[in-house]
Order: sequence, then C-alpha cells, then structure tokens
Amino acid sequence: MTGVSDVSVSLLPRHPWTAFCVRRSARLVLSLGVVLTASFAMIRLVPGDPVRAALGVDAPPALVAARRHQLGLDQPFLAQYRHYLGGLLHGDMGASLITGTPVAELVRTRLPATLDIALPAFLVTLAVALPCGLVAAVHTRDGRRPRAELAFTAVTAGLASVPDFVLAAGLSALLAVGLELLPVAGTAGAESFVLPVLALSLAPTAVLARVVRVEALKVLAEDYMRTARGKRLSPARRYLRHAAPNMATAALTVAGSLLPAMIAGTVLVEKVFAWPGIGSAMAQSVVAQDYPVVQAMVLILGTTVLLAGLLVDGLLALLDPRSAIREM
Amino acid sequence: MSVPTRSRRSLPSSPLAWVAATMLASLVLLALAGPLVWGAAADRPDPSAVLQGPSAAHPFGTDNLGRDLLARVLTAARPSLLLALSATLLGAAGGVVLGASTAVVGPRTRRWLATLINLLLAFPALLVALFLAVVLGAGAGGALFALAVASVPGFARLAQTLAAGVSGTDYLAAARVLGLRRHRLLRRHVLPNIAEPLLLSTTMAAGTALVALAGLSFLGLGVQPPAYDWGQLLNQGLDRVYAQPLPALAPGLAILYAALTFQLLGEVLAGSAARRAHAPQSPPTAPLPATLPAPLPVPDGPAGDDHVLQDHVLQVEDLTIELPTPAGVIRPVRGVSLSLRAGEIVGLVGESGSGKSLTALALAGLLPEHARVGRRTHRLLGADLTAMTRKERHHHLATGLAVIFQNPASALNPSLRIATQLTEAIRTHRGASRTEAAAQAEAALRRVALPPSLLRSRPHQLSGGQRQRVMIASGLMVRPALIIADEPTTALDVTVQRQITELLSDVRRDTSAAVLFISHDVALVAGLCERVLVMYAGTVVESLPADRLATATRHPYTRALVESVPDLTADRDRPLRTVEGGPPDPLAPAAGCPFQPRCPHRRHRCAEDVPALTDLDPGHRVACWYPLPAPAKATAS
Repeated sequence: MTGVSDVSVSLLPRHPWTAFCVRRSARLVLSLGVVLTASFAMIRLVPGDPVRAALGVDAPPALVAARRHQLGLDQPFLAQYRHYLGGLLHGDMGASLITGTPVAELVRTRLPATLDIALPAFLVTLAVALPCGLVAAVHTRDGRRPRAELAFTAVTAGLASVPDFVLAAGLSALLAVGLELLPVAGTAGAESFVLPVLALSLAPTAVLARVVRVEALKVLAEDYMRTARGKRLSPARRYLRHAAPNMATAALTVAGSLLPAMIAGTVLVEKVFAWPGIGSAMAQSVVAQDYPVVQAMVLILGTTVLLAGLLVDGLLALLDPRSAIREM
Repeated sequence: MSVPTRSRRSLPSSPLAWVAATMLASLVLLALAGPLVWGAAADRPDPSAVLQGPSAAHPFGTDNLGRDLLARVLTAARPSLLLALSATLLGAAGGVVLGASTAVVGPRTRRWLATLINLLLAFPALLVALFLAVVLGAGAGGALFALAVASVPGFARLAQTLAAGVSGTDYLAAARVLGLRRHRLLRRHVLPNIAEPLLLSTTMAAGTALVALAGLSFLGLGVQPPAYDWGQLLNQGLDRVYAQPLPALAPGLAILYAALTFQLLGEVLAGSAARRAHAPQSPPTAPLPATLPAPLPVPDGPAGDDHVLQDHVLQVEDLTIELPTPAGVIRPVRGVSLSLRAGEIVGLVGESGSGKSLTALALAGLLPEHARVGRRTHRLLGADLTAMTRKERHHHLATGLAVIFQNPASALNPSLRIATQLTEAIRTHRGASRTEAAAQAEAALRRVALPPSLLRSRPHQLSGGQRQRVMIASGLMVRPALIIADEPTTALDVTVQRQITELLSDVRRDTSAAVLFISHDVALVAGLCERVLVMYAGTVVESLPADRLATATRHPYTRALVESVPDLTADRDRPLRTVEGGPPDPLAPAAGCPFQPRCPHRRHRCAEDVPALTDLDPGHRVACWYPLPAPAKATAS
C-alpha cells in the first residue's frame, strides 16, 4: 500500500523486516479504525429513531427511553464513542434491542460456526484450484490441446459466475430435498458442512484455478524448467518441486483477494442453510432492525476480513520476502 | 534459444461472442418487453391456485396469492437489470472521477486519495453495501445507492492505475504546459485513454452488482413488496424449497443466467482487447499437432558411412530440425554433423538464428516437444541414443552430458536452495544418498572456486558470475563426459566472462570432459577452443583448427565474421566492418549455397547447387564452391 508508506517514509526503520511490520501494522490500525468508527456511527446514522424503529410504534415510551439510555444514545456524541470503545475493550458489545441478550454472548456462540465453514471453504478452494490449474497448464502448455484449453476456460468462466447464495439454494433443492442425500440445514454432523462449504468455495475455486493456470504457463516457460528437464527429473519433481513454489506467491495473492468476498458471502449462504453463524445472525438482525447486533456483526466481519488480509500478507512475506517487503 | 514461440489466445472470438451477444440481446428484450407481456399475469391473484407446483397452466407454479411465478420471474427482469445497471453506472462514474482525478491533482492530494482508496478496498463490496443498506433503510433506492457507493473504490483504483499510466505521457504534459484546466484535462485527455479497460470492468461489475442487489433483496434489504425483483422472489420461494424445489429456484436460475451473460460478455471483451494489443506481432496461428510428431525420416546416405568413432564422446551425423511456426514449417538446422573427442574443446560459432543453440538443445534432447528431429547417428559415449528406449535415453543423457545455459539468472530455480539444485540430479540418477550428494556438492562448489557455505543460499543471493559457476558445478555433479556450454558468458560482464571461460578450460583439463562451446563471439572462441565449427543458416560452412581462424579461413562468411571483430589496433576513424546483408529468411531459404545472396565472391554455380562440406587440408573442411585462397605462407604459430 503505497499511500501510507509514502506519507511516513522518513519515519521508517532501516531493516526491511521491521519496516514491513511497521507499515503493515500501521495499515491494520488505520483499517481497524475505519471499521470501529463505521460500526459505531451506524446506529447514529440511521434516520429517525432506531430504537423506536426496532421496537415498533406501539412500544411504550418508557421502554424506548430505557433502551435509548442503555445504548447511551442520550449522551453527547464523543462520550458515546469513548463509551463504545471502552465497552469493546471489556468485551461489552451492548445488548440486543429485541431479546435483551448480550451481543458478546451471541458473538461467542456464533463466530465459531462461521469460521467452521469459512475456513474449510478457503482451504478447499486452495486444495482444488492449485492442482487443477497446474494440471490444466501442463496439458495446455505451448498451445497444445486447444480444445481442452477452450473447455477449461469456458467451464471455469461459467462456474465463476455462479452466485454463492443461488448455488446454495440450488444445492439444497437438488441434493438435499430432491435426492435426500445431505442435510438441508442446521449443523448435524459432518455431512451438514458439505453444502455450505461447497456453495462458498465453488466460484472462488474456478477463479483461482484460471489464475493458477495462467501463472503456471508462465512458470513452465521459464529457463529453469528447461534446466530441470535437462537434469531428467521426474515430472512429479519438476512440477511440484520446481514449478509449484514459483507460482505460490501469485496464487496466494489472488486467493487472498478472494477471501474477503468469501467471508462476506457467509451472510447469504448461512441464511439459506439456516447455519447458526455470524452471517445468519446479521441477516436476521438486519431485517428486525436490531441495530446493536448488526453493529457487532459488521465489526466482527470487518475485523475478520482485515485479519485474514494480515495473515495472507504475512504468509506472502514469508514465502517471497523480497517482493512482499519491497512492494508493501 | 531462438525457438519461435507461438502467440497465445484464450478463446476464439466468434462462437463465444455470438453466445454472449445472443444472451445479452435476450436479457435486453426481456427487460423491455417483459412487464408489457407478462406484467398483467404476474400481478393477477388467483385464490383457487395458491402455492401450486409446476403445471401446464403455471410451468413454475404459483406463489402464496396464486400469481404465476414464471410471469413474475420474467417481469422481474426489468427492475433487476435496471437496478444493477444504475448502481454500476453510478458507482463507475463516482469511482472514475475519484480515481482519474489522482492524475491531475498535486502529489500530496494524490497520496491521500490513494490511501483512502486502499483503505476502502480492504472491505468486500457486499459488506459495504450491506452496511450502507442498513443505514439507508430497506428499499430499492437505498440498496441501489449502497451498492453504487460500495463499487466506487474498485473503479477508483482501476481508474487511478490507468490514469497513472496516462499522466506520465507526453501529451498530458503538453496539455498541462498549454494551461488547460483540470476538469478539461480530465475530460479531454485522461478519460478517453482509459475508456476501454473501464468498459470491460463495467461489464464485469454489472454482473457483480446484479448478484449483490439480488443478495440484498434476498436478505430483505432491497426491493420491498409489493414491488419485486429476482432476489426477493428467491427469498419468498426459499421457504418452499422443501416442498417444491422448482418454484423456489426459478428466480435463482434467472439470476444465474444474467450473471453468466455478463461474465461471458466480459470474457469476450477482454479477449478482443488482448488480441488487439498483440495484433501486430501475432498473425493467426495454426494449431500445433496435439500428439508428438514422428521423427524425421533418416536422411539418405551410404549405410557404410555409419561407422562408430570409438574414441569419440559425441558423434552426430546429419542432424536436421523442423519446427512448426504460425507461418509454416521451418528447418533451422539442416544436416549438421559434428563429433568431439574426450577432453577436446570445440567452438560452435555463428550469428543469432544460425541454429547453433537449437543444435545444442537437440544434442541434449531438450528441444520443445513439437520440434521434429532427424539424425542418421547420435552417439553419446559410443552408445546409440536413437536405438534406446525413452527411459534408457533419459538416463544416458542425464549422466553423460551437462548443459550450461546462457543466462544463469533464469536457468537457476529462484525458489530452491543451491544445495537442492546441485544434488537432485545425482540423487535421481546415481542413487546417491543425501550425505554423499551433499559432500559431492561441496566438492563441486570448491571445484568452481565457490565457498561450500553457498549451498544454503538461494540464487538471488548470488552475483551473476557466481550463478554461472553454480551452473557449472551443477553440471559437474554427474561427472559428464560432455559439457555443452550455450553462450555461457553472454549475459555476464567482460571481467567475469574471462573467469568463466578459464574455469571451463580448467575443468576440461582436470576432468577430461569434452566441451562444446557455443558462442557468437569469434575472438572468444579462437582464444579458448582447439577446433571451431562455423554455422550459417542451419548448416556448418567451415570446420577448422582454432589457430587458423585469424589468418587462414577459407569460407567467405567466416572471413567476414573474423574481419568484423574490432581489436584495440583498429583504426577508429574508419567504420567497423560488418557482414553485409542479413541472415536468410528461414521460411524461404535461398537456392544453392545459403550464404550466396550476401557473398561478395559468388558466381553462377553458387545459386544452383548446395556446396557440401569437403576436406581442403587435414582438419580443415569448407562448404564452398570457390574457397578463398589460402595465405601464401603459413602464419599459424
């Protein structure tokens, strides 16, 4: 990210790794600030009275006033912000307007469920797309098998355009209801994970496989692959040991850029499968206008996206120190 | 290496373009005509047919008020597409203004804008849209605006990148000098130059927006009843998915169809843009054979000629290579014969395109797979490679010869440690254990005057000269009988060149490996080698002892090549001598002697018959009908 680094370039330490960590942390703090402020401002930006909207026109004025006080909406703006940040530090995220349950409790029960499908979905994406892209590249290099290349491109383009929630609905109708093979909803046993993970990972897998193929074609044309051929190494060693590491950076960069959309996709996919995660909690509370819950879910999802980005950047820096550190 | 690379294209434009255009036309037609044709049916409740499954009257069934679902899905095309397009155009307009303005504002503002764009880009558009839709309240307008805002950062980043490319150009500098105002700079000079990539992105973004808007409606944040779009219909239908899958899924299929349309459209646009960008260099390509080509037929020749030279490390006769290229099949190597004794160092010189590097690759069995190779004899260490199975040949080549390539920076794998790259060949082919291999790798590094501590390094930590030493060490690991060095010093600077050639010379002396040294540098070859083969247009035109190169060459091409080498005594007031003319067109080789069109001494016969390589003196062969006269007195020292 050139913006931040340029602004503070004179303050940076000399050592590349320290500089990398400082820049990356500065970026994370800045982004976290955006998430915190946005989630705080959300309730205050809603036109009209959010408490009245949530509780309905018939709610007694005393209850509305009590909830407004509970949320701190009757205090000055800056005091509210201080209070909000202080509460977060102590794990206090307010309470649901509708049920009165502490939101922190909701997050504690729901976040693991979301991670249970988001993480496997990401791993499945990597585990399927990397070999598929590499195999496709090996078979279509030097312009060989143009029909296979066309088929690969067409199929991945088609799969990449399938929206996750439409796929989720289709899968539940076809596999779960129609053929009664897999559970339609809920978290009963390992089988119930199959459809949500599939729905989340299909399109990203297709996108990543395409990118991997193009990257692999570049790597296969490199001189060092000819050197490996000259050593008469086995195909497995040539492709896995010599080609694959040189594609890892590009593949992980693209995979990392797909991750935020996958995390956001949990909102819709969880709704389809009635998956008890952050996403379905958000979907429910959005409709019910339960703003404290929405606020917390925005905060959690936003932070998850940022931490995932941090993780990917850290991995990239480890894999390819030169480019990652230089290009920050 | 001068193998012509085939230009690549991802998709043929015509069939896919037609499919995409047809799908787009159907969507446009549906958006225009849908509400007119099916609008009435879509809103007509039928209390007697509530929540029905598919039937003849209602192919997709009916909803909870008995309205026909097919009609509702078809009618919903207009709001769904209109909302998506409006959100995309709004977001694109905002993003382009924000991003393109970075090209015309001052550097400080530009940095802050870039920081802002980057910050916003960290968050997925759907999450931003969801957040904004909550703030703005449920409804089509709120969802539209939310999605437009959410897509601003993506467009801004694209426009920023594109505009940065434009802002460095001369005409923008000129426009600035002319004192054009900012908005005019933006409108007249920046935007037109970034229009095409933006069109492509807008198409892709329209698909994304359509899906995201459907998602918002699906969550209940978008279009509100009694109005409806595809997302809302899917939301209503999902409750019935257990009972009747088809009525629930019909709106999903519509979303899928539209998303696919935009994706294909983007694909076609991207393909045509890429083709236009490469158009000048890449004529339409002929498909390469899908299967491996058959070897070239063995050239005609007296069978008795095929004698085995027992003391020779390498013996190749009548090597011919054919390569299919987009413009037709070329024969970059035609009937090359060469042989090397153990410990001999032989130079192979010629200008680029003469076929010397391809010859080297053919000797090592490393030609691209679509190349066709023919040779009468190919013996390595006396063993006939043409008679071996693929596996035997691989093993024999892997242990018998080593190739050192031109550019050590790219010939070493950047991700693997030197130790791995040195040891893997003997671990694979000689069955060496890890410790044996490591010990040998240390010895090999010492042999090329590098510290064994480099084993832990990766190539990027080494200098160019060190990398080439590593390549030589890697070649030495298998204790090859033949080292093929293909322009090993061309990519290095002059002082390092000398060290590398000296190292090769030492290695040859110590290990008695034969060295085939390929170079375009006549002076270098003359100083290093014992014998020199001169290649021109895929054939060997002269073969002579290296000490004759300076004074006793007999072929006009070799003479011209030698005379074109400047030395310190050259008169700097006179232009450098060059070989007149250019190398022949590989697609249309001239008749007769290949050098004849450029030859100052050509006569009638040269254009008719190809001269064969014939002995003039012992160890000196020339392919020329009229060899230059030998010098009057022997000047060779």
